[in-house]
Amino acid sequence: MEKNEKALFAELDAHIDALPSKQGALISVLHKAQDIFGYLPREVQTHVAQKLDIPASKVYGVLTFYSFFTMTQKGKNRVNVCMGTACFVRGADKILHKFERDLNMKANTTSEDGLWSLDALRCIGACGLAPIITVNGKSHGRLVEDDVTGIIEACLAEEGGK
Amino acid sequence: MHKTRLQILICGGTGCISSGCLDVEEQLIASLEKHGIRDEVTIIKAGCFGFCEQGPIVKVYPDNTFYVKVHGDDCDELVSEHLLKGKHVDRLLFKSPITGESCHHHMDMAFYKTQLRIALMHCGMVDPENIEDYIGVGGYEALAKCLTEYTQQEIIDVVKASGLRGRGGAGFPTGNKWQFGLNNQNDKKYIICNADEGDPGAFMDRSIMEGDPHAVIEAMAIAGRAIGADEGVVYIRAEYPLAVNRLRIAIAQAEKYGMLGDNIMNSGFNFRVRVNLGAGAFVCGEETALINSLEGKRGEPRLRPPFPAQKGLWNQPTVNCNVETYACIPLIINRGPEWFKQYGTEKSPGTKVFALAGKINNVGLIEVPMGTTLREVIFEIGGGIPKGKKFKAIQTGGPSGGCICEKHLDVGVDFDTLTSIGSMMGSGGMIVMDEDDCMVNIAKFYLEFTVEESCGKCTPCRIGNTRMYEILDRITKGKGKPEDLVELRELGQTIKDASLCGLGNTAPNPVLSTLNYFMDEYEAHVLHGKCPAGACKDLVNFVITDKCIACSLCAKVCPVNCIHPTGSETPNGKKRFVIDHEACIKCGACLPKCPPKIGAIIKE
Repeated sequence: MEKNEKALFAELDAHIDALPSKQGALISVLHKAQDIFGYLPREVQTHVAQKLDIPASKVYGVLTFYSFFTMTQKGKNRVNVCMGTACFVRGADKILHKFERDLNMKANTTSEDGLWSLDALRCIGACGLAPIITVNGKSHGRLVEDDVTGIIEACLAEEGGK
Repeated sequence: MHKTRLQILICGGTGCISSGCLDVEEQLIASLEKHGIRDEVTIIKAGCFGFCEQGPIVKVYPDNTFYVKVHGDDCDELVSEHLLKGKHVDRLLFKSPITGESCHHHMDMAFYKTQLRIALMHCGMVDPENIEDYIGVGGYEALAKCLTEYTQQEIIDVVKASGLRGRGGAGFPTGNKWQFGLNNQNDKKYIICNADEGDPGAFMDRSIMEGDPHAVIEAMAIAGRAIGADEGVVYIRAEYPLAVNRLRIAIAQAEKYGMLGDNIMNSGFNFRVRVNLGAGAFVCGEETALINSLEGKRGEPRLRPPFPAQKGLWNQPTVNCNVETYACIPLIINRGPEWFKQYGTEKSPGTKVFALAGKINNVGLIEVPMGTTLREVIFEIGGGIPKGKKFKAIQTGGPSGGCICEKHLDVGVDFDTLTSIGSMMGSGGMIVMDEDDCMVNIAKFYLEFTVEESCGKCTPCRIGNTRMYEILDRITKGKGKPEDLVELRELGQTIKDASLCGLGNTAPNPVLSTLNYFMDEYEAHVLHGKCPAGACKDLVNFVITDKCIACSLCAKVCPVNCIHPTGSETPNGKKRFVIDHEACIKCGACLPKCPPKIGAIIKE
């Protein structure tokens, strides 16, 4: 975790203290915590449990139930491949496999160097542009396999330029 | 509304934003400023126009011209030609794929001709971030009517008389649901709007919330009045940031204008709405699971009865309807139940919004009267299958629905007909598949989804679906046995019968419907080790024939270097290339590299 950890926990505490009621607030608190920390490691989970006065097991149970929450830190470059049905029938699986091969990593993991996260998403609802992916929040639609290498290179070039 | 000479409406739905409408807006403003006419033109970022395939879409009023695939660098021409000289920019008009003629108005397009917009009536017409636009088209009049003219029972009677059925999937009569809510006496009651649109390939509810959020808020207030609730919650997917943002803006504006809050329109009625973010669990579309999630728990369904109308959120009487259902309510109140009932079929009045996607020319959001045939939807509105391929199936209802084959295309779509042919309405996703799609593989795709999304509470759903998935996986890898087909059917029926909630009750539908209509494909996999569509990798081999001229293009793209010049000799003495099937990963990268006039690589 980052060095300004204290400030992050303080931000989370301020949010929780401002809640009108702690009853039923767990999911919205986890949303906020993930916004602040980027992911939900064990320390954050136990902290939330203490603040809301509920067992840590309940926090863990809830966050593992919902796919939006993650317990691992994401990579610097986040590639999300939409695997909704519309994208699937237009070849999204081929795009995903091409990323897996080119980046030498499996879907839904983060690379060891922390540079890449590759995730298969449910549906981002831009079916007119299928197959579509988002890279660091920017969408690229109507992809063919040959586009993948260029997208990866563009990310690396930006990285180098920083 | 706006009092400028011209109005430009830019589609601001998620689809068009992905295809670059924000850049269009920026460039348009720049160009208008350059030509000194910025103050003569109002630019509105409206809700979804529906024709996502052709996005970004720009409409120019008052002459109502419909431009498609407009990009940032087209804007200058659009301003200088259309806005200044009054001439259409022909190259940006939609061309009919059949006649090749340009269409100036959307009603000239086959895509719009047979559509009828009720739930989407104001979508793409009003600025969703401006309550005055909504009020300008008659917004909040229905709420006023309900607060001043109707008793609670009279509101419910109107909804009952309209025959409106819940658009979220099951089609339960909305009026009856509200009646239960009213009948259960209690000091505290809740209204919920289910906006947890989890079906992959479905974006109806999102588009309504992005394009016409006030209609949903107004209807929730009407429902609150009808049953005597003072609090409403919209449970919405966190994956829909734009819809969340527009809803929040709309709620704040409604409060400011006195349409929400205390003593609304001096009637003594109090009602507030808040937004609650979901966290990505498909099962939360089921209403009791949704209620658990609202309480901050794991989204596992509850046993019914008690139904939510008796004991719902925090064990208080709760009425929960889907976004599209709410969107119909203000119009039903304003125009009367008879107006609504003139559309659609006897048992399913009104219209239905569908998200049409997959292997179809006109991907988009459509709304048609119930009873419209699938053939009209696919071949008229949808414009048929791309690249001249053959239609194979249409999947409705998402992971809960089934695949419908050619012979049922003339069935008029409503809640009951779809169920009778082994599918369901669901929330309204429609995915079209062509001859290249393997139905076994599609069934496996849906099952993989269900296995991941099953909450795990009921054994038949948790374990049964996993077993079904394993069998399907085996079949697509060529390791299926004839008895697998029998077992799939038995497991499917058991899961349907023995699961608690709608997810388990419907999860086997994609498998059972494909078993019914596409048995020949299952048999080809199991008995002959072939995938007729050529989609199942393990059953396909790429082979280089004697047409090969040894150009080596295929070998250069092979990611695993398994194509080598070890074959027979070409007439000019070079060695032909051969694919090493042991090492081949069947990615298919080589196939498009072989020049079409050679065509040496084939799929077997």
